[in-house]
Amino acid sequence: MPLFDKKDKSRYATFSRRSLAVGGGMALVFAVLGGRLYQLQIRDGDEYMTEAEDNRINERLLSPPRGRIFDRFGVELATNRRNYRVLLVAEQATDGVEAALDTIGKVIQLTDAQKKRVMTELAQNKKFVPVPVAENLTWEEFSRINLHLPYLPGVQPDVGETRDYPFGPEMVHVLGYVASVSEQELAHDDDPLMSLPGMRIGKRGIEKEFDKQLRGGAGASRVEVNAYGRVIRELGKDPGVPGQDVWISLDGELQRFADQRLSGESAACVVMDAASGDVLALSSTPGFDPNWFNVGVTGPQWRELATSDYKPLLNKAIAGTYPPGSTFKTAMALAAVDNGMDDLVVDCTGSIRLGDHTFYCDAWRIGGHGHVNLTRGIQVSCDICFYEVARRLGIDKMAEAAHALGLGSPTGIELPGELGGLIPTRAWKMARFGVPWQQGETLVSGIGQGYVLATPLQLCTLAARLATGKAVSPRLTHQVGAALQSHPPAASLPFSDKAFAMVRQGMGMAVNAPGGTAYGSRILQPGFEMAGKTGTAQVRRITREERQSGLTPQSELPWAQREHALFIAFAPLDNPRYAVSIVLEHGGNAHTEPQVQFARDILTFAQKRDTLGRPTAYPPINAAAAVPVTPATNGVQKVAKAGY
Amino acid sequence: MALRPYAAAKRTLGTFDKLLEVNWGLVLLIGIIASAGIAMLYSVAGGHWSPWALSQFSKFVLGFFIMIVAASIDVRVWMSLAYPAYGLALLLLVAVDVAGHVGLGAQRWIMLGPLELQPSELMKISLVLALARFLHGKSVEEVSKPLNLGIALVMIGVPALFVVIEPNLGTTLIIVMDGVSLLFLAGLSWYWIIPAVSAIVTAIPLAWRFVLHDYQKARVMTFLNPEADALGAGWNITQAKIAIGSGGLSGKGFLQGTQSRLNFLPEKQTDFIWTSLCEEFGFVGAVAMLVLFAAVIFYGVQIAMSARSQFARLLSMGITLNFFFYIMINGLMVMGLIPVVGIPMPLLSYGGTAMLTVMFGFGLLLSVHVHRQVEIPRHSGGII
Repeated sequence: MPLFDKKDKSRYATFSRRSLAVGGGMALVFAVLGGRLYQLQIRDGDEYMTEAEDNRINERLLSPPRGRIFDRFGVELATNRRNYRVLLVAEQATDGVEAALDTIGKVIQLTDAQKKRVMTELAQNKKFVPVPVAENLTWEEFSRINLHLPYLPGVQPDVGETRDYPFGPEMVHVLGYVASVSEQELAHDDDPLMSLPGMRIGKRGIEKEFDKQLRGGAGASRVEVNAYGRVIRELGKDPGVPGQDVWISLDGELQRFADQRLSGESAACVVMDAASGDVLALSSTPGFDPNWFNVGVTGPQWRELATSDYKPLLNKAIAGTYPPGSTFKTAMALAAVDNGMDDLVVDCTGSIRLGDHTFYCDAWRIGGHGHVNLTRGIQVSCDICFYEVARRLGIDKMAEAAHALGLGSPTGIELPGELGGLIPTRAWKMARFGVPWQQGETLVSGIGQGYVLATPLQLCTLAARLATGKAVSPRLTHQVGAALQSHPPAASLPFSDKAFAMVRQGMGMAVNAPGGTAYGSRILQPGFEMAGKTGTAQVRRITREERQSGLTPQSELPWAQREHALFIAFAPLDNPRYAVSIVLEHGGNAHTEPQVQFARDILTFAQKRDTLGRPTAYPPINAAAAVPVTPATNGVQKVAKAGY
Repeated sequence: MALRPYAAAKRTLGTFDKLLEVNWGLVLLIGIIASAGIAMLYSVAGGHWSPWALSQFSKFVLGFFIMIVAASIDVRVWMSLAYPAYGLALLLLVAVDVAGHVGLGAQRWIMLGPLELQPSELMKISLVLALARFLHGKSVEEVSKPLNLGIALVMIGVPALFVVIEPNLGTTLIIVMDGVSLLFLAGLSWYWIIPAVSAIVTAIPLAWRFVLHDYQKARVMTFLNPEADALGAGWNITQAKIAIGSGGLSGKGFLQGTQSRLNFLPEKQTDFIWTSLCEEFGFVGAVAMLVLFAAVIFYGVQIAMSARSQFARLLSMGITLNFFFYIMINGLMVMGLIPVVGIPMPLLSYGGTAMLTVMFGFGLLLSVHVHRQVEIPRHSGGII
């Protein structure tokens, strides 16, 4: 048989032909592969490059340190403290997370609730995400963890930052506090920082008023992540802009003294520089510890704060409105002098009748004060005298004078939530109730009762204006970051010097002359004497029957029905520098006048300490201008997208 | 038993002569491609020799040795070993199904000492050998006879069946394509081919319904609409396309491929090694690699055309086509043109069995080249 026959030739030809066809097919497939490469890499390359970068690079927001708050002497009132905490990384806990938690529990105290929370959080996060186990540890606890670290696989000690208020409840109504961002706040603020987990923003007080400045600007860290979101390395970092520090006019020591003096009472107190309006102390008791809100307030704590009769959450100094009572007589006397009543003498018999209504004076039981002029009217707080003043002035002139003295509208202090009180007028009553003004209401208004309402801050402003004769307005902030807070100089008031002199004389007599309403609690130390005016605000109407059968002593009434006790004062007597107002809720006691004692102690403390005489420690304005850190120059773009 | 004299050359070649006869150009090409593969494995491991690059290198060295040995063995010896090799491969294939090692949800491996052996990889070469042996004796007319065609189809179908139940769709595809191409090259009549193609087209919907596993169906569905499942199964395709596309014209540079280094790429060291190459070396590098592949294939076709026996021709064409089918399926798959089937890129992807069988295949190809003058009569059955 031949080795290579016809059939062999035929199939060789077929093989060659078909091999060529197969080769063509292979070439075609290679062309398709090449074309696809062209399509993906050349035509759409840029698009895929972007997608690859999106895959790889993650922008994480960094929260800048929050600005601190200082008092006038440079004392830190709100600061950032190191938050020693313990984190647990599930994938590194070689013996399992439960065992790790048990071991941690032997080193520091861990409640079952804490353990449960950690287990939940661990389950919700990826295995390499550190989950906080315990925060705000003491240095000792933190040291113990570090010491035992070799036996604690997966445990990471960590130092974070948290807001700290070293004086706790004593300054909470001025400083406010920071707490987690609510959904509503998130919706109304497009600052990318707001969506950071663990972000805290100012909720009240200075913290809220200057939140934007204190907060600073978000930084960003550009990190490379792998497919599972684990950070491989940092590519760039923009530290952001640190929050600006705020210097306020408060004297921390005086504030603490005032707050401690009022503790146990439901009360408010404001101390002011009578000349400049610098608020030196602003206290509202009881307060609460702002540090609670930072770490998260517990249910029972919150219930107590929200339901207490003493209203610890309310800043009574700016948002508590009270009838000013007899303290209002100072304003009325001022207007009276300039309206031709400088030589007014009223014969007080204890009561007067207007129409079918009898108006009483405090001295009704002893047959009245007898002949009373304006200064004596202030000294003994004669109601009859000021009924007459009110009758002659009429409500509109009274309102005009009250407004000039800072009542009836918010003072504009740099604190959120300030109320304006109320000075009634004919137009107001018509608009509010649809009934005309009654003359009886004019008389009641003349002694600061009826519709008249004022905040303790307004009363302190009144005292300062009486003391200086200038339209002093309260102010709290001196400097925010590098910016000096502008406060226009006080204008003069539309009252004569003679009027001021007479009122000051009356206020001086009320405290320092026998028979004065505050005589028992006067300051004895020479040179520190104060002038002032007491007031009481009825919270219930005294009926004729009660008056006939003898008044129940205030101390025997239920607390909530007792009168509010008020006092405004300034000191020293002959050259006023400090103005003060006190409102003691339901603290009326005509014999001991506790509110006057508070004012006496606070004014004595302030003068002895010489708050206004000491040099302030505000930063020099040039140095302060250098404080803001320059933004990073590494070209990292800030991102608006949510963090991690 | 004595070797028959070389009918054409009328001389016998010594071992040294054979080594000189080896197509060193082809060997160089293979070496370059394999080196690129090892470099890519070094890169996807983040610039480390372990766990893949070094192991792959040792496999390549072993493969190289096997290739040279295979090249120096007379093609007639291989012809004689064709049926026993096929039988052995089939036996191993059955063994995996019975006592196989379960990996990746599919029974594909059998432990042979320290070696993880994939019988399905062996089967591809064995089938090519056995079919070439069977078709060697058949003239164009005989190939199309129902009995012969039937035997050939059984030879293809039985291993295909065992592989598909492993289940390993990709390898099944390659086995069937290898077999059918050999039938085509052996001169199968168009009267068979045209009806068969029509039948397959109609059979696809039936296969969808009764043969394919759920995960295979899911892959097809994902392929047709990757965005529908961008974070699930579609993730692979999407990320692979991003990796390739982001390479651009010149690539991100060696060791700079972010998609692979940061684990966005699935199976980056095996089936998706091509995407890493495209990412780091760009269009230029990828096309260069395609050119290298094409050159290997060109050599293969050339060897086939110059061989003087039908067995050698079919064997070399079969091996070349087998190599080509790997490239085609893997390339089309990772570039998102066909559904994901588990087929590695030859010489580039990490994997011992694949490397060894591919190198053994090249050894056979080189054996054909070395013994290209050997003529084997149509009715002769090799040496044994």
